[in-house]
Amino acid sequence: MTQLRVRVWRGGADGGFQPFAVPRQASQTVLDAVTYIQRVLDPTLAYRFACRVGMCGSCAMTVNGVARWTCRTHVDKVARDGRLEIAPLRSLPVVRDLVTEMRGFFDKWSRAEGVFRGARSRRDAFERVAPRSAQRLNVEAGIECIGCAVCYASCDVVAQNPEYLGPAALNRAWTLLNDVRDVAQAERLRAVAGDAGCHACHSQMGCTERCPKGIAPTASIAGLKRAAMRALLAGEL
Amino acid sequence: MSTRGETLLWVAQRASAALLALCVVVHLATMIYAIQGGLTAAEILGRTRGNLGWLVFYSVFIAAVVVHVPIGLRPVLGEWLEWRGTSREVFLVALALVLAVLGMRAVLGVFG
Repeated sequence: MTQLRVRVWRGGADGGFQPFAVPRQASQTVLDAVTYIQRVLDPTLAYRFACRVGMCGSCAMTVNGVARWTCRTHVDKVARDGRLEIAPLRSLPVVRDLVTEMRGFFDKWSRAEGVFRGARSRRDAFERVAPRSAQRLNVEAGIECIGCAVCYASCDVVAQNPEYLGPAALNRAWTLLNDVRDVAQAERLRAVAGDAGCHACHSQMGCTERCPKGIAPTASIAGLKRAAMRALLAGEL
Repeated sequence: MSTRGETLLWVAQRASAALLALCVVVHLATMIYAIQGGLTAAEILGRTRGNLGWLVFYSVFIAAVVVHVPIGLRPVLGEWLEWRGTSREVFLVALALVLAVLGMRAVLGVFG
């Protein structure tokens, strides 16, 4: 049986890589390799996962320098000469080993008004939304985000400007901005058009390149820029 | 800076970029065309002196540069040097003034 040579980040921000030898298996995922290390080689290894099938967004790590879901990344696809280097996500504080502190990431969703604010109660009728309307199609393009932070860790603007809201929060704001049921659009636009909001994006498209769901946050952010411009010209910003 | 200010800067950056795209193409095309028979100062001045069209064209070119360069430099200073706040804005306004003065000095120099 061939062996994978896996270097895994240990400790906090000032930690280092520890080498492990992991048996190579058919159809093995990177998460399988990490789980093998934790269950067989070193039970003190800290890492996160839940669903193992690309639904929960908790197992994202930096694999050979690239942010990925480890559960849906086959070793075949990323191992170079049987070597893997697994580190925590970039731009997030390291708690321990492969676990990062996600609080700041999700706080930014709140700061971007990433919460639905409706006006109807349970006694009102359902809002009718035309499935092929332009706004609904905009929502559809960005709504499948599961908050894994792969885009956030892949963004160079986030890395250089810690205040920047980041692609995931701005994409969320864009899907809500296109939700005809939402009644907090003016506040949302003000929240995302500031110094650390949509105008800070350089359109480098790291987020769009890496999003495992195939979402294009860059397009969502461009939409926010246009919406902010229209609001400015209409005197509503 | 306020959301209005940030959005205004973005619009100004886009608008000045569109102007620059046009100006740079006209400028380069004129240079390539004009040097076919050799390049002399007299020839350039012969084309530009007293020509109101070139005066307006290069004044617009300078205005676009004056708007575009400081706005573009702003995030570079913020992200690379962590220079943000009022002192950065003062520096960028000063830079815009320097670009305007030097640029218009050159434009008026070949017009007058």
